[in-house]
Amino acid sequence: MSTLPVSHTHAAEVIDNTVEEPGTRAPLVLNLTTFAEVTTTVCRVAEARRAPKAWYIAFALSLAVLGFLGFCVSYLIFTGVGVWGLNNPVMWAFDITNFVFWVGIGHAGTLISAILFLFRQKWRTGINRFAEAMTIFAVICAGLFPGIHVGRVWFAYWLFPIPNQMDMWPQFRSPLLWDVFAVSTYFTVSLVFWYTGMIPDLATLRDRAKGKLQQFAYGLFALGWRGSNRHWHRYERAYLILAALSTPLVLSVHSVVSFDFATSQLPGWHTTIFPPYFVAGAIFSGFAMVLTLAVPARELFGLKDLITLRHLDNMNKVILATGCMVGYAYSMEFFVAWYSGAAFEKFAFVNRAFGQYWWAYWIMVSCNVITPQLFWFKKMRTSIPMMFVLSIVVNVGMWFERFVIIVTSLANDFLPSSWDQFTPTWVDIGTMLGAFGLFFTLFLLFCRFLPMIAMAEVKAVMPAADPHNPDHAHAHGHAKHGSAH
Amino acid sequence: MSAVSHAPSPASRRPVYGLIAEFENTHDLMHAAEKVRDAGFIWWDCCTPFPVHGLDKAMGVKRTWLPFFVFGAGATGTAAAFALQTFTNSFGFPAWALVKVTGYPYLISGKPMMSLPAFIPVMFELTVLFSALSCVGLMFLFNGLPRLYHPLLQNNRFRRATNDRFFVVIEARDPKFLRGSTEAFLRTLGASAVEAVED
Repeated sequence: MSTLPVSHTHAAEVIDNTVEEPGTRAPLVLNLTTFAEVTTTVCRVAEARRAPKAWYIAFALSLAVLGFLGFCVSYLIFTGVGVWGLNNPVMWAFDITNFVFWVGIGHAGTLISAILFLFRQKWRTGINRFAEAMTIFAVICAGLFPGIHVGRVWFAYWLFPIPNQMDMWPQFRSPLLWDVFAVSTYFTVSLVFWYTGMIPDLATLRDRAKGKLQQFAYGLFALGWRGSNRHWHRYERAYLILAALSTPLVLSVHSVVSFDFATSQLPGWHTTIFPPYFVAGAIFSGFAMVLTLAVPARELFGLKDLITLRHLDNMNKVILATGCMVGYAYSMEFFVAWYSGAAFEKFAFVNRAFGQYWWAYWIMVSCNVITPQLFWFKKMRTSIPMMFVLSIVVNVGMWFERFVIIVTSLANDFLPSSWDQFTPTWVDIGTMLGAFGLFFTLFLLFCRFLPMIAMAEVKAVMPAADPHNPDHAHAHGHAKHGSAH
Repeated sequence: MSAVSHAPSPASRRPVYGLIAEFENTHDLMHAAEKVRDAGFIWWDCCTPFPVHGLDKAMGVKRTWLPFFVFGAGATGTAAAFALQTFTNSFGFPAWALVKVTGYPYLISGKPMMSLPAFIPVMFELTVLFSALSCVGLMFLFNGLPRLYHPLLQNNRFRRATNDRFFVVIEARDPKFLRGSTEAFLRTLGASAVEAVED
């Protein structure tokens, strides 16, 4: 943006990089013009002797909630799944709702790190690191629920094809087993992708570390990275391959999750629209969670120059787009139910909207379809309080979406004589809330001790990184106008 | 590398790992790299805080074979998943895999014993898993990492290679390396500093 002054001498100056100007690219990094400034801005979070006060408060709260999760899970394991409100026919409720919810949250991280990378969306560099961290922590939360819902937790290893004394094997024609492979592959690949991306930044922290412990810990995990270009060459190739592998992987994971439902005979579940609809919903909720985390994190750790309003604006556009896709899927489900002419199918959907769980259905529609429409307005997309509130609204809505799909379909199936109602117990609610404790504890630890922003990647998209940058010869990185190429 | 003396010796007599030349921006580094390449050095490198666009060409780095190995690993994953699923779910013959194992031919809602479509998701997942793990593993292997000690990491100036400076490193083992003339050569490239690194 040539008309707007971008100068590091006015550090407090607010620059609007959400404006589109034909012919020029909006800057992705504001106020920071040299590489060293980027390094310092990101590293000072991990290097500070003390975290901001808000961090300690949030961490204490998260730990307390995590402790409660531990209590609920132990109670469940020692007593049995009867402590949940499950009944016959509602044999899946909060457990699988939470599982699908958390796996879905994870998808945004992979979308940002892999799919936007393949599409050469350079704004991803500011947010990919902590979106990937979010993915990993969300998948950890997700993995908890199938693990504890099996009843006899000590037999959870039966999920894997391990030779045993009974000469029995898992049944590979079942989507539930596909799920085991999809989610564990997803977790492993996301972890590897995240860690590989972090190695150059860990090397930066190692080279700046003052204390012995920091030098040792960062040095160990940086694996001796020294920024050799011969290494970078293979590294970049490997990173591209990982992105190309993660892209179909992330689409497969939520498709496989949706198969858990779609391959059954149950009205309301037996639908071909499920795989794309689940993937769109996953990205929708995941981006909302990225916003929920990014908005306070950039305030708290002084990262507003790296996670700019433009990044947030872009994410809000993705939320709007995927929210509309989800809305389309909701209406298409109704159309297909009517068009199918199948009495049970028609009933399942009318029952969803007007049956015993009508309130859950309308929470879902108003949170996922109606409120995100506010993001058509730029004022809303660039308003920090608005997007924070909306991101939470979307997360609530997406949790209810999974609840509606799972519980309404099970509670009122073919035979009215077998219908029942599901009411959650305190253990159900405690476990659901407790998972947030696990998630935020991990996330806060990550914020405190690891590079929250991919420094090497951000530096590479700065104007000063371009060897053909005309003002290079004199400016040495003091480029006047930060524009991303 | 000159003879290594194990007895304590004055600093100047210590063996030299190589010379490092520091540059302040990518533009200067790129031109320096081209000149070092043209001068015919073999054991040399550029160290940068981020991958610099076009530096591979300036250095004459050949394209890596990594993707071909990854493809092989992926194909192994597909085959392994197919073998795992058909062995455990389609047949009942015994085999030895650390312990003696026998498959269990499941008859599930009349589906054929070899139900390939039902086996596709797991085949896909293991293809991705094998490819991703081997991709990262081989990348590090080819790069000679992890490495917990390196002479360059002992150098104080070099610490900025992961922050905001760009380095050309010429190793002493290069046949063309001569401490004096190589140092003079590096100084002509516009480096802001040239320094010897001890081994």
